[in-house]
Amino acid sequence: MAILGLYNYWIFIILMMCGFYVVISSGNLVKKLVGLNIFQTSVFILYISMGKIIGGTAPIVIDKAVVYSNPMPHVLILTAIVVGIATTSLGLALVVRIHEAYGTIEEDEIHAQDAEEAL
Amino acid sequence: MIAHLPALQVIIPLVSAPLCALLPAGRVVWLAAMAASWLALLVAALLLDQVLAHGPISYLMGGWPVPWGIEYRVDALNAYLLLIVAGIGAVVMTFGRVIVERRIRLPESKQSWFYTAYLLCLTGLLGITITGDAFNVFVFLEISSLSSYVLISIGRDRRALTAAYQYLIMGTIGATFILIGIGLLYVMTGTLNMGDLAARIPAVADTRTVRAAFAFLTIGVSLKLALFPLHLWLPNAYAYAPSVVTAFLAATATKVAIYVLLRFFFTIFGAKFSFETMQLDKVLLPLALVGIFSASVVAIFQDNVKRMLAYSSVAQIGYMILGISLVSVTGLTASISHLFNHALMKGALFMALGCVSFRVGAAKLERMAGVGRTMPWTMGAFVIGGLSLIGVPLTAGFVSKWYLIVGALEKGWWPVAVLVLITSLLALIYIWRVVEVAYFKPAPEGQVVREAPLALLVPTWALALANLYFGLDTSLNAGVARLAAQSLLGASQ
Repeated sequence: MAILGLYNYWIFIILMMCGFYVVISSGNLVKKLVGLNIFQTSVFILYISMGKIIGGTAPIVIDKAVVYSNPMPHVLILTAIVVGIATTSLGLALVVRIHEAYGTIEEDEIHAQDAEEAL
Repeated sequence: MIAHLPALQVIIPLVSAPLCALLPAGRVVWLAAMAASWLALLVAALLLDQVLAHGPISYLMGGWPVPWGIEYRVDALNAYLLLIVAGIGAVVMTFGRVIVERRIRLPESKQSWFYTAYLLCLTGLLGITITGDAFNVFVFLEISSLSSYVLISIGRDRRALTAAYQYLIMGTIGATFILIGIGLLYVMTGTLNMGDLAARIPAVADTRTVRAAFAFLTIGVSLKLALFPLHLWLPNAYAYAPSVVTAFLAATATKVAIYVLLRFFFTIFGAKFSFETMQLDKVLLPLALVGIFSASVVAIFQDNVKRMLAYSSVAQIGYMILGISLVSVTGLTASISHLFNHALMKGALFMALGCVSFRVGAAKLERMAGVGRTMPWTMGAFVIGGLSLIGVPLTAGFVSKWYLIVGALEKGWWPVAVLVLITSLLALIYIWRVVEVAYFKPAPEGQVVREAPLALLVPTWALALANLYFGLDTSLNAGVARLAAQSLLGASQ
């Protein structure tokens, strides 16, 4: 039961590892960014999960005594989502510029061109 | 006004950044950015003065009490760091105008954006240093990182683009690791305030979650500070960025990352947990030594002088980490004073190199033949920076090397002390290669090189002279560093 209860955290770990693997293994600059995105998104799930309390509700003060979820991690992760968008858009902008300069977005072809230039 | 200095430290460059984007390119926007960066330096100097006179300052952002609001906390360590970052920021900005106008691949209509990115990067670095809130560190880290990717990518060489992209990938992985670490700490303690974290961690220290948080933070910050073997992004990023950006980032960005490391290891986790329970010093020591040695050797074989100095930066970061891994007041004094001294020497070296490439067109070694005679002032500054890098007595670099060797001998680790001396000789070799080509090789036929313009020489020499001054009067660079080291170790006992 403990394993099932930590369902969200397993998802976090799996997504994180998938994303990380794509970043490392892929030679295509856009695919790398996709991997990076998955990697970052997994952390959002970690933060959102930790704020959730079973049976908890949104933190709005009402007369009845109820259990509230912790809004703090949810607010924090909004910031991280914005950061993720900025990173992705900047990364894509760089990829566009790289494509203009090299005519390719494959890492090995770029390295080959650089090596040729160095000779 | 004085009471709000901690907020002004961040707000002045933050507000000036978008303002600069609206101003016309040329002298106007530069003057605005100059005003912002010199004001930031003034604020940093006042803050350090206050901290030394009255002890740590706690500033509640927006008046919200801790732990709900964000606290800015300034003690000897981060006041010292703020002075380094703001000081280099201001001097390099003074240097920047001529380079931005003539040497950067930006159409004139977009040159104002350079200053926006530069000031944002400065904001981020100052913010990381001043904040007392763990999540705020992440936010400012991303502000500085995102703007530094932009700054690197505007280098003239197309490889600047791939270097910026690679740094973006590595930097984001590092920042995300830091984010995970902070999240795990929040799960265990329910707070993000650094003071509260330090108070609550001991009770839960013996859990896997806290240990995992420690690991994530260590790796994440090590990526940002380019600790060997996580330094692979650094040489290309520094080599292909415009010289003004390299001078700024080399002197500040990695220093701030080391500050974050110190803050997390000593203030938040405490030296006892970091170095006795987790035994981190046993990991850092070999990495630092291998890093120093291998990067110095690689630097000797570089033909691009900028790239050579970039590898030398990796080695110098190793010295700082070595000081940390000694876990003693002397060792920490060496690390912290080296933050200051390395900022001075690398700032001077990269700026002198910027002057050279401004005249000869590239930072390649073979292009520098004869510049010692045609650009005597520029190369004079380069030699002073180089001597300081080697650690010759009467220069700033000597001060931190001295403390490092004394720290190693205090522990009885004489092989480490010997290795520090040997690697200083390696530094001598790679600096000598440049000096030899510049002074003893004849200039190529028909090459007409003039001395760099005064607008570049004055800030370069300002830093070069600072290298000499702080080699003689060590009350600021070593004195405050010692205070900071004592408070770091004292706080954790």
